[in-house]
Amino acid sequence: MPSEKQSNSRVNQILRSALDASLIPFLAIVTAVVLGGIIILSVGGNPLLAYSGMLEGSLGSKKALSETAVWASPYIFAGLAVALAFKGGLFNIGAEGQLAVGAVFSALIGYALPGWLGFEIPAFIHVTLAILIGMITGGIWAGIVGALKAYTGGHEVINTIMMNYIALNTTSFLLNGVMKDHSPTNASARTPLIAEGARLPVMFEGLRIHWGFVLALLVAFLIWWILNKTTLGFEIRTVGLNPDAAKYAGINVKRTIIITMMLSGMLAGLAGAIEVTGLNYRHELGFSIGYGYDAIAIALLGKSHPLGIVLASLLFAIMRNGATRMQFLTQLPVDLISMLQALILLFVAADAIVRYIYRIKAKGERVVLTRGWGG
Amino acid sequence: MNSRRFGFIAIIIIVLFSVVVSIGKVKQPPLLIVTSMLATTIAVATPLTLGALSGVFSERAGVVNIGIEGMMLTSAFFGWLGAIYMYHVFGFNNGISIVLGLIFAIITGGLMALLHAVLSITFKVDQIIGGTVINILAIGLTGFLNRQLFFGKNSFFGGSVPSSPGVLPTLHIPITEIFAPICSSEACLQGINAINRVFDQKPVAISAILLVFISHYILFNTRWGLRTRAVGEHPKAADTVGINVIKMRYANVIIGGMFAGLAGAYFTIESVPSFEPLLTNGRGFISLAAMIFGNWTPIGAWAAALVFGASQAMLINMQIFRDVIPPQWAFLQESYIVGLTPYILTMFILTGIIGKTTPPAADGVPYEK
Repeated sequence: MPSEKQSNSRVNQILRSALDASLIPFLAIVTAVVLGGIIILSVGGNPLLAYSGMLEGSLGSKKALSETAVWASPYIFAGLAVALAFKGGLFNIGAEGQLAVGAVFSALIGYALPGWLGFEIPAFIHVTLAILIGMITGGIWAGIVGALKAYTGGHEVINTIMMNYIALNTTSFLLNGVMKDHSPTNASARTPLIAEGARLPVMFEGLRIHWGFVLALLVAFLIWWILNKTTLGFEIRTVGLNPDAAKYAGINVKRTIIITMMLSGMLAGLAGAIEVTGLNYRHELGFSIGYGYDAIAIALLGKSHPLGIVLASLLFAIMRNGATRMQFLTQLPVDLISMLQALILLFVAADAIVRYIYRIKAKGERVVLTRGWGG
Repeated sequence: MNSRRFGFIAIIIIVLFSVVVSIGKVKQPPLLIVTSMLATTIAVATPLTLGALSGVFSERAGVVNIGIEGMMLTSAFFGWLGAIYMYHVFGFNNGISIVLGLIFAIITGGLMALLHAVLSITFKVDQIIGGTVINILAIGLTGFLNRQLFFGKNSFFGGSVPSSPGVLPTLHIPITEIFAPICSSEACLQGINAINRVFDQKPVAISAILLVFISHYILFNTRWGLRTRAVGEHPKAADTVGINVIKMRYANVIIGGMFAGLAGAYFTIESVPSFEPLLTNGRGFISLAAMIFGNWTPIGAWAAALVFGASQAMLINMQIFRDVIPPQWAFLQESYIVGLTPYILTMFILTGIIGKTTPPAADGVPYEK
């Protein structure tokens, strides 16, 4: 009997801590939605119609649900990328660039590899290769910043942003040049279509939802497992909490910083790779604009917990996917969503404001990221 | 800023200029290339200089500010919007509308900075996250209003962007008029003309240079500057001698925001009279690198901003001399590749290879009594 009681209390404890953890994000969303409603009112729109349109457009039909999952998949990967870096005490603003690099190389493998080898590659191997290469190149892109941070102290915030611009310029160069789709009807900066064998299959005939969504959920679980059940995860979290203590405990801090950044970049690269192999079947310039910042908002909203990130990604996907329907019903611009997301982020990041509004006492430790510029 | 770092800056600028001169000399005389490139350098370094000054004030008082990019973007938008409203809705003439737009931009920068101050000083939000919030909010706010006000339902302008009242004029500084009489030779006259071409700039660019020296004076020679630095280095000690840490931090962050606002005005009030989403294009972040490389000093930051300005001027000139680039330098035709220079320079500078920099000791640490 006592053991049952104990397990009961443990379940209670987990439930309570989950409730505690989700309270602030929940209130932040509520506050942002209310404030968003006021903004809609002030420009002469109807908030109820706008929000119901958003929900209808994202959850109202089988197709809408499938599209929401399609939106959510890269969000989950990119959100995990930022969150993993957060856990290691690093701020990765470069998911955008890592994603673009992953997408470019994934597309390259997808359309060019059969030609280089001179034979058709079995489908399963080809798509795996395309995704892996996207993941690895994203990891290398972020790893450069990690190495700079570890060995020179160059701050990762500015360096990841610089790498974003470098990625943008380089992909523009490639997509307008050697990697451009030279089919006669094409005028835009995009790669040729990837081979049939390099495409992730769709889950249901007639809908666009593909196996990348399932992969995203699996990877979310994998990240949870790495962070909480492995030595590497322990090292990442320890370095994130207190690098000095980690050093005294015998953890190789430099190595951990580089590994954390690489893992983070690999996740962002995966986001790019599954967009190419599962959805667009090519990389086109400009498709990834904004993922990087969305990913930061998702990581903060999800409190850097993989489950939280999956939920936050779904929320963002609902907003993005429902925006078109909202615009159709209310003639409000789609950009309203960016505004709403910024407000959510504001209230999640500044949880002190939410606590102040709803009179909630603070408890637990705070995440500290700012450690000055010197590293 | 030590002499070694100024030397490094000089070398980079000389290298960038030599590349352009050696390619363009078949088309234009070297003196003309150098002066026009110097003028471009000073002009395009303007937002970087002002952005870096914005960072200097904020961070000298102990508040890390990575939201400069967002402050610039919002100010660029509201300055431009204000000028358009003053011109079309309130019926002011061009000149007054533009000046009012400039003031709107500066106020917007101050207000965005106030938000950053509330977040980071009062609510003690992690300052890097606070700055990111500013950046994301700026993208959402400007994107939404830009679409809504001009193309939205019941839009006053009925679905099109109206013409803007224009941009600030170039000011002629009468260097030639003053010094020409004492010239005896043709060469001397040419030289003075050349110098004049460099310094005939628009008002924001000129005020940026003046503000560099004014900021230097304020920070290092006045009581305000001493208090600002005290609050950023050792707030507890400052507090015990009666300096109001919170008030000083608020004031300096807001002053910094107004600098960023002026930088925003450079884009839409001084440079090109139009707005497009994301037009600041990372300039706010490059400003931060300039600030760090300048070791949190106004003059150092300006020198670093000039390096970035020079690399951008090189990009612009490469387009002018596109047709005479020799085949072995063909990569210089690719604007995407030449455009990488400021970003790579930034990363290189941040490695600290050219000397370590020391941020203010309490930079990024919220003050708890």
